[in-house]
Amino acid sequence: MRWFLIDRFICLEKGKRAVALKNVTLGEDHIHDSFPGFPMMPAPLIIESMAQTGGMLAGYTFDFKERVILAKVDRAVFFDFVLPGDQMRLEAELVEIRQEGCRTEGTVTVDGRKIAQIRLMFAHLPAEDAGANFVFTREFLSVFLTSLPLEGMPVGSGSAKDA
Amino acid sequence: MPTKDEIFEGVQECLVEALGVDDEEVQADKTLTGDLGAESIDFLDIVFRLEKAFSIKIPRGELFPDDLLNNSEYVSDGKLTEEGVKVLRQKIPHADLARISETRNVDDIPKLFTVQMIVNYVATKVT
Repeated sequence: MRWFLIDRFICLEKGKRAVALKNVTLGEDHIHDSFPGFPMMPAPLIIESMAQTGGMLAGYTFDFKERVILAKVDRAVFFDFVLPGDQMRLEAELVEIRQEGCRTEGTVTVDGRKIAQIRLMFAHLPAEDAGANFVFTREFLSVFLTSLPLEGMPVGSGSAKDA
Repeated sequence: MPTKDEIFEGVQECLVEALGVDDEEVQADKTLTGDLGAESIDFLDIVFRLEKAFSIKIPRGELFPDDLLNNSEYVSDGKLTEEGVKVLRQKIPHADLARISETRNVDDIPKLFTVQMIVNYVATKVT
């Protein structure tokens, strides 16, 4: 299984915010395990989707020179389910930026319906421990190929018309 | 300039938020890892919160040194050498080193990281 839990960015503002989309389908194995007979996107994987959204934003903010990893889930509150056929909209805002790490505040919605509020802390691995960049591999960054316009063109504002 | 009590309350709040403990558990003599259950990643979180709460800048490794004693000159058979004690005094002057200066026990190093240590450090930054 390729561990991609976001499908596309519709907004990516360096140092500020990102909006990503993730389509949920019955074609995903993990859907059927949680729960058998009532497939839904597992809450921990909703957190992982937000971690990928915020992590990519944090990585981009530092030009992918830092190995950004998810360090802490400060707070994750869930209000509703995400079911097959839903499209999750994940909005992450960088609320703290340091050379050693960042913090994001994020909201997950489906068709305007609030699903979750998630606050995450990311850490940057020290360069001497990192070796090759195992976080932002070419494969993982390929999500940008379906997302951003060509260099020099403005990224979308993240409103519904861009989706 | 905040008083020592105000600094303590600010540090207490940061630790409550970072570690998910109650106010009453955060007493001056409590150790971060032993008594309050802090893990290594919590140290980064604590630094972020202290910087925000007190509007100070904490350079990497100044409050919680990354590698205190990685030199064989400083440790021998589980005990700190004279040089090792000297290095501790340089790297964490805000800690209470009286006991470890006598026992020289390397396993006592985590016990240096107490709530009071953080309060002492913040007090030097806000003056």
